[in-house]
Formats: sequence, C-alpha cells, structure tokens
Amino acid sequence: MITGRTLAQGAECENKMSPGFFRAVALCHISETDFKSLELTEGRNVLLKNECGQVVLAAKADSGLPENIVFLPMGPWANVLVGRETGGCGTPHFKGVKVEVAATDLPVSDIRELFTNMRR
Amino acid sequence: MIIRGGIVYDPSNGIFGEEMDLFIDRGKMVEEARGEEIDASGLLVMPGGVDAHAHIAGKKVNTGRIMRPDDSRLGTEPRNGVCRPSTGYTVPNCYAMGYRYARMGYTTAFEAATPILEARHTHEELQEIPIIDKGALTLFGNNWQVMECVRDKDLSKLAAYVAWGLRSARGYGVKIVNPGGGESWGFGTNVKSVNDPVPNFDVTPAEIIRGLAQANELLHLPHSIHLHFNNLGKPGNYTTAIETLDLLKDIKPSRMRQVVHVAHMQFSAYGGTGWRDFESKAPVIADYFNSHNHATMDMGQLLFGSATTMTADAPLEYGNARLTHNKWSNHDIELEESSGVVPMIYSRKMLVNAVQWAVGLELALLVDDPWKVLMTTDHPNGSPFVNYPEVVTLLMSKPKRDAEMASMHEQLQKRTGLGEIQRELDWADIAIMTRAAPARILGLPDKGHLGPGADADITIYNLKPEELDTSQDHSLVKKAISTAMYTIKGGVVVSKDGKILCTPPGRAFWVDAAVPQADTDRLMPDLQEKFAKYYSIQLSNYAVQDAYLPHANVIRAGLSIEPLQEVA
Amino acid sequence: MSEATIIKDAICSFCGCLCDDIIVEVEGGKVQRARHACPLGSSKIMGHGRIESPMIRKDGELVESSFQEAYDRSAQILLQANKPLMYGWASTSCEAAEKGILLAEEVGAVIDSTATVCHGPSVIGIEEKGLPGATLGQVKNRADTIIFWGCNPAEAHPRHFRRYSSNSIGRFTPQGREGRKIIVVDVRATRTSRNADKFVRIDPGCDYEVISALRMLVAGKGDILPERVGGVLKADLAELAAMLKAARFGALFFGLGLTHSRGRYKNIDNALSLVAELNQHTKFVVLPMRGHYNVGGIGQTLAWSSGYPMSVDFTRGMPYFNPGETAACDLLARKDTDAALIIAADAASNFPRATAEALANIPVIQIDPYENPTTLLSDVVIPCAIAGVEVEGTAYRMDGLALRLRKMVDSSLPSDEEILMGILQSVRKQRQMMANEGA
Repeated sequence: MITGRTLAQGAECENKMSPGFFRAVALCHISETDFKSLELTEGRNVLLKNECGQVVLAAKADSGLPENIVFLPMGPWANVLVGRETGGCGTPHFKGVKVEVAATDLPVSDIRELFTNMRR
Repeated sequence: MIIRGGIVYDPSNGIFGEEMDLFIDRGKMVEEARGEEIDASGLLVMPGGVDAHAHIAGKKVNTGRIMRPDDSRLGTEPRNGVCRPSTGYTVPNCYAMGYRYARMGYTTAFEAATPILEARHTHEELQEIPIIDKGALTLFGNNWQVMECVRDKDLSKLAAYVAWGLRSARGYGVKIVNPGGGESWGFGTNVKSVNDPVPNFDVTPAEIIRGLAQANELLHLPHSIHLHFNNLGKPGNYTTAIETLDLLKDIKPSRMRQVVHVAHMQFSAYGGTGWRDFESKAPVIADYFNSHNHATMDMGQLLFGSATTMTADAPLEYGNARLTHNKWSNHDIELEESSGVVPMIYSRKMLVNAVQWAVGLELALLVDDPWKVLMTTDHPNGSPFVNYPEVVTLLMSKPKRDAEMASMHEQLQKRTGLGEIQRELDWADIAIMTRAAPARILGLPDKGHLGPGADADITIYNLKPEELDTSQDHSLVKKAISTAMYTIKGGVVVSKDGKILCTPPGRAFWVDAAVPQADTDRLMPDLQEKFAKYYSIQLSNYAVQDAYLPHANVIRAGLSIEPLQEVA
Repeated sequence: MSEATIIKDAICSFCGCLCDDIIVEVEGGKVQRARHACPLGSSKIMGHGRIESPMIRKDGELVESSFQEAYDRSAQILLQANKPLMYGWASTSCEAAEKGILLAEEVGAVIDSTATVCHGPSVIGIEEKGLPGATLGQVKNRADTIIFWGCNPAEAHPRHFRRYSSNSIGRFTPQGREGRKIIVVDVRATRTSRNADKFVRIDPGCDYEVISALRMLVAGKGDILPERVGGVLKADLAELAAMLKAARFGALFFGLGLTHSRGRYKNIDNALSLVAELNQHTKFVVLPMRGHYNVGGIGQTLAWSSGYPMSVDFTRGMPYFNPGETAACDLLARKDTDAALIIAADAASNFPRATAEALANIPVIQIDPYENPTTLLSDVVIPCAIAGVEVEGTAYRMDGLALRLRKMVDSSLPSDEEILMGILQSVRKQRQMMANEGA
C-alpha cells in the first residue's frame, strides 16, 4: 500500500467532516488486473488488513497502478494501516506498507464512526 | 547617567586615553547630565563596538543553522528571566547573537549580504536579534537590471534602480559580490577576471563595479560600494584585487569617506599559482592601501577551529565543498544572485590555513593608517564574531603571535613575513578599528564616538590601560575584552560583567535615496517587464513592508541631498 | 450590502507554491471569486463550514465557552503537564509560530511541525548533505531538464508546472514546455507522469537503489551495474543519466515518494548527493515539494529562534533536538507526552492510528478554523481567523522565499497569534497566582 495526495483529497482536506471528504478519501485505488482478479465492480468495497488494523474502503480501478499495489488517498482511513514506528527519524512509513486486500460486503465507516470511542 | 573617571578612547573626537567623565541623557551623549553614576575610575572606556561586516541574518545564515544541528548543540544557554535560550557557535540563534555582541561590548552590527528578493527574511531575523542596532547591505553585483543599465551606459537609470532596490530591500548600502560570477553560476560557470564578459549580458565585472560605484556616488549614499572581489579565495588573486582597486581610483567620493570598502581583504591577498606554492601577498596589498586613499578594508581574519562559510559567491562555495568533501548548500536567486554555505574547519597544522591566518594579521599590521582597516572575521566565514578578542590580542602582542606561530606548520615562515613584523597595536588603534572607523566607513554619524549628540553606546572594560602591558599580558587583555564590565546601549546598561540585564530591541537602519521622478519613470517599464516575464512573484509583493522594521531608522540620501553631509 | 472590492496579487495560502497572482473579489464581507486559483486554493479562499465558538469539554461533551475561559483552561492544561507537545503550524503565519515558540519556552514544551510526517526526512537529509537549490524563478528562467521524483504536482501543486517548472516560460526558456525534457520517476503512473517525456517506473521501496545506480552512471562506473535495478533496465537508467548530464540547467523536484518510503532520509541524502555530483558535469539544483503553504516558514522560524527547524524540545530550558526522540509521532508512540496543543493541523487524521490513539488519551487543545477529527479528541477547542485570508502575516514558499500574506476579508474571530498570546498571558497569570499562594 502507498498513500498520497490527490486533487480531491486536497480540495476537501480542510473540510474533513463533509461528505465531499468522505467521497474523496475513503477510497482504495487498485490496478485494473487486481481489480478483475478480486472480482470487483464499481461500487463494491474492499477490506484492507494488516497487523496494525483493518479498514473498509470503496474500491476504484486505476490504470496507472501496477499489480500488487494499492494507492490510498492520505487521511484517517489509510492511517488505520500505518504503523507508529518511525525508524528513529520521526516520520512513519506511509508508503510501502504490506496489506491484504479482499472484496467485502461490509460498509465503509464514516469519519465520525472512525473516531467514535477513541477518546478515553 | 554619568560615567566617572574612565580612561576614554574616542578617536573621532581626538581623545586617546584621557581620564574624563561622560554624560548621558535620553539615550544620547551630552555635555552635562545628572542621575545614576557608574564608577569607571582608571578603566578602559570606548564607544560601543561597531561591526561593519558580519553574516548575522537571512536565508544563508538560517541555511547554516538548518544544515548544522551539530553547531546548534554548542554554546547552549537556557532561558532565564531576561534572556531567551541561546544556541550555536558559528551560526547562533538570533537571541544569542544579540547577547553575545552585547557581552563583548558591541552595540551595532551590519548584515553583509542580502538579495532584494529575500530581504523580507533578513528583516524577520534582524528584528529578532535583541539589543544591537543593525542594518543590511543589499546585493547588486549580479542583478539583471543593473547589468542592463551598465551595458546601456545609462547611469541615471542605474542610480534610480539602486535607490529603488534599497527601498525595496529596506537596505543600507550597495554590496557587490563576485560581480558577474553569480550570474554565470546560473549556468554553472564563473568569471575569471574583471574583464571576462558575463555570459548573455555583454558586460564585464569591471564595468559593473565602476557603474555601481558611480551610481553610489551620484546618490550620495552614506556608505560606499562594499566589494567582495572576483577570484576571492584563490591562489594568486592579489592581482585581481589590485586591478579592481585601480578601476576605482579616479571616482570622486560624494561624502567624506572612501569610494570602495573591500570586504574581508584577507581572502583576496594570496600569491602562488596553486595550493602548493600558496603564499601571502599581504605586503603588496598593504603598500597599495598605504599609497592610495580611495579604499578601506576589513580584515576577514581567519582563526583556527570551526567556521561556517557562507557567501553570495556561490562558485567559491562549490569549490570549498569539492575541496573539503563537506556538505554543500547552494541557493541561486532569480535575476539577482547566487549563494552557498559550506561548514569548514581551519587547522593550524594545515599550511594553507596557517598562511591565511597570517595574511589577515599582516594586512592589519602593515597598513599604516588604522582608519583604513576594520577588525572583522567575516563572521562566520573566518571565525565566529565571539573570537574578536583573540584577533585584537594578536594585533596587540608580538609575543602572542610568536607563540602561536611556533605551534604551526614549519613552512609558514617562508610563506609569510608576519614573523618579522614588530608592530603592536595600541588601544587607540583598536578603538579606531572596532569603533570609530567602522562608523565612519558605514557613514553613521551618531555611532562609533562619544561626542555630544552621539548615541550613548558605551563599553567599559574591566582593565586599566595605564597599568596593563598589552604585549606581555595578552591573556589578561583577552579575558577583559571578551566580557565587558558594562555595555551601555542607547543610555541603558544592557550587560554587566557578562550578565544581560535587559533586552531592548535594536533599531534597523536603511537608506532612502531620492532620485528624479523622470529617471524612475524610465526605470519602471523595465521592472514591470521583468516581473511580468521573469520573476516568479508579482511586483506588488516584492518590496519589504514596514511591518518588518518596527524600529526603523531611515537615513535620507539621494541626488537632492546638498551640501555633502560630513560624518563625524 | 457593501461595494464589491477587488484585491489584486493576493497570495493563496494553500500549498507550498504560494501563488501570488490571485484576484479576489469581495462583496458583503465575503469572498465571491478567486480568479487564477486552482481547485485547492479556491476551496481554501472561498471558505466553508467553521467552528463558531470556543468549546470546553465537560462531562464528555464539548460545551460552548468564552475565549477567556478557553485560554484559562488551555493554560491550566499546559501548566499541569510535564511535557506538553505543541504540534502543527504548517497552515498559519510565522508571526503565530513566533508566539508559539515563546509559549513553548515558557511552559517547557516540545514544539513540532507537520514536516515531521512529510518532509522531516528531507530536513535530516539536508543535515547530512546540504541542499543545492535555487528559487523557483531560477528554474523557470533556466531549466531545460526537470525531474519530478516521487511527487505528483498535477494533484498536489496544480499550478507548479505553469508558474515555475515544466510549462513556465522565462528568459532562457522561451519555448516553455517544448524546449524542456521532463522526466518523472514514480512507482505508479500519475497525472504528472502523463506530462513526461520520459517516465521511469520503479519498484516500490527501491528509490535508494535507483539513485545509487544513477550516481554510478554519472560517475562513469556503470559497467559494474546489474542489468536491472529497482525494476528498471540498465539501458533505461543509462539513458536517464545521459539526459541529466546533457542538461544545461537541471532541476530535481522530489516529494513524499522519497521521504515516506523505505530508506526515508537516506533516500534524500542519496538524491542530494546525486545532484551535488551532477554539478561536476553541468548545472543542477534540487528542491523539495513542500505541501502546506507555510510548513517551510515554521521551519525557518524555529531555526532562527532555536537553532533547529523541527522537533524542538524546550523542557530542559534550552532547545534540544533529536528527531526520532523529540518528534511528535515518537513522543506519542512512546506515551512520552502528557498534553497536546494542536494548531493549524489535523493530527488525529494524519498520524498513524495507534499514534492518534495515544493523542486521544491525553488532554488536547485545538486551535483551528475548522472542525476535523482532532476536534473529536479535544478538551478545548478554540476557533481562529484564517491566516492568509482573514489575517496578514508571513509565509515561506517551498523554495524558502518569504512573502507577506494579504488580508482579504474581516473576521470576528481572533487570530492564531492573539489566541496564543491569550494563552500565554493566562499562563503567566496562573503562575503568578501559584507563586503567591506558595509564598
């Protein structure tokens, strides 16, 4: 998994509680080949999982991506899968994170659900 | 306030070691005053120190800090009730600069090189330096508009641009660094002599220097052009120095001062054809200064240990980085300049460094008139300014010089004549080289002296000049002048025995030069075109806003200033 | 209704490009249009939903309060903490940063910026090797060869191409895009790579290897390279190296593709070395693509105030810097901070989940114009006027150029600067009271 900026993510990044931000960021870009082999169609969701956690996102085919790489717009959904280790340089590994991807019928959490019960 | 019984050195007013009382009222020197008294009986008293050439603020200084966390770990002092925290040695944080100058008895310092485009940053930092008064020289030597005016031989338009540039930068004077070389560096090359044409601009460094010197005098600016020579730092470059100085000897000064101030002369007084036969040519340079009156210099003394080289001479810094395999920052500034930063360690066992050390001292000792030589280290290029007391004691003590040279490379004696120089400077010389002369050379009539009307910037050193043998007791001298007993800035005691008592903000000096409207009208279309096509920002976002100079001190100059104002 | 006014040459305070040619139309105290702005800048300048009142959490709920109550509660939180963290700063002015640094000194806090999750590794790389750079106008006027490595300006800095890089027109680049060679190196095809003359796709996490291979090729030692490095054929790399050496003026722009992936600061160290070495053959400069509009400015301000550009720990009274120890993510991951002030950034969203969870377990003060996930974790929320839209101030462009942001419209809310001073004054007052009680 790699995470990064997108135009839509940027345009909505100071408007995080909006539906626009949800639409722009709660996404998982998948290569066309992987999209087919996972038997995905537009509108379906994927479950991403690794040792840090798991998160459900809307799947999106992306012709620019090579196989075995998913791209997630940076933000709170992607960060569920990012570890806290910084290798002594202060910056976590936001790119090059190993994740398992599978099709799912589970719904995508909205931003408030994502943070519900996080406070002590 | 009254300062009683000090042994006063005030060379501008012809006072050399007289016991006298000094009177201060509302921040100025006056004939009579009442109030708090300071007993300075028998102690050395001078005007506050004036540093006319140091790199203390702006992009390259901050680049030095950012690329050298190792340096910021030195010299740390925690915050206390009066002071913000201090960090750094060669590239101290802003607060440390103000405190360290004040502790040493300095009350004024000028940043030596600011591109107009980045002047806003310089003023952001100058504003944060507490206590001292300051100003910033503005870079013009690789500026497209300057080169085009020079090419077109349009002196009045050039003067209008210089005035506009100083106003935009809130700058104090005209700085020229490796003229033409910075533009050439835009495509990775350099100019090799004053007559080497600048690529794409059809001018030579010689023409740029002469043009700017003429514009400077046309504008009656308080300071002369302030020049960093081509070929600086290279073996054999003394010929470039002489050749450049000769270009300017027929230009008439518009004020009672030099026509050119040479920055850090030490770096341009080298003989030899390479590093192997590298040698001092200080005697030739000193002879030139002794036989001509249009030029002054600052030493740019090199001391052993850590330094951070930083200059608008970007090709030089690339050379430094290649030579030392050290880390290298470069920063080219569109249409205006280039620059670079490289950390450096000077070693007394390295023959080249030892020769450089000797050259600076030779220059100061061989030039007869102390009014022509300022004591500097080109902070932090030759050494950080906190080491000025080391330079002063070297100049005052032949035994100290001999002891130092004994620990250096054995070849040194063959490459420099320093060992044969008997001269030892006295307190009058030092007061001139660190106070009176820098104020006169910069054109600051209220600085560097203690006559009525002068700013009440005063240093009292815990040292009795009539009892101390400066030649033999150099370590006592160094200790005393490293930490002033009192530093008074604008009539307020800011530092006592090294303790900072209060931190008033210093003022920022800049020069507003008037030019005929017709010349500005001819200039503006050129500038509008440059901003429309070449600059990456809009003309209306270019000039430094007054918000960045909350304590500005504007000095008027320009074509309409008559008669010539004489400095103290 | 008030008259419509036009503000020319306004500065967009969204990304590190700081475009300063925006024409803003204001009517009735509101921005109606922002001409020349890209979608990102336009979204920022036009504005959207705001936090309207200060709030303090009581019995688990955020309840509206006065500003003074919010300042007092914030001061109390900072004073009670042993090692508070003051994080954010990328989307406010340097003037606010200066006040923040003073507050951090007085309460003994760690101050860190969003650089720490973005170009922090670039800063460390620069500490290792220095930065051979230039202003963006220098690139516009001279560059005939430009590499975008691990960055996607088409989406993150939309006007970069036209104003400063591939498509800009300058004195020695009259042909603009036509006269330039554009190279994109990335692990995926992007809108930026579509603009390229040469797109080099590398395997994820292999930037370091590919840069090393280029350094060897530039140094004439290509013969010992294997046939494929980081997923790229040697022949392709040789072609790329030749393009770099053939440049008259080359520029390398790099992004989070280098700082966020395997190698992190070592990738930057290597890229800076490559550029330094290219200068033996031609002219080459390198620039990080800074994201938030003033993430550069907090670095500059911290550097001149403390000597260090990020992750500065004032708990010892003097500044101390050791990223990996004093960076926000590390402090939180180690649970080594016991209160946080988050300003002009959304730490809850932008930190790894486990790090954000640590934030949720300590008292948090938020200063921001907008509600965001950090609000959900906060104990005090203080809304502010928007720097660069409603407040003047200084910001540093991605190339380190300082510009003065203009005020476009009024706000009834205090600026970040005023809020920080309000908290600082309350800190001083509460300290005084504690001292008096003690005596």
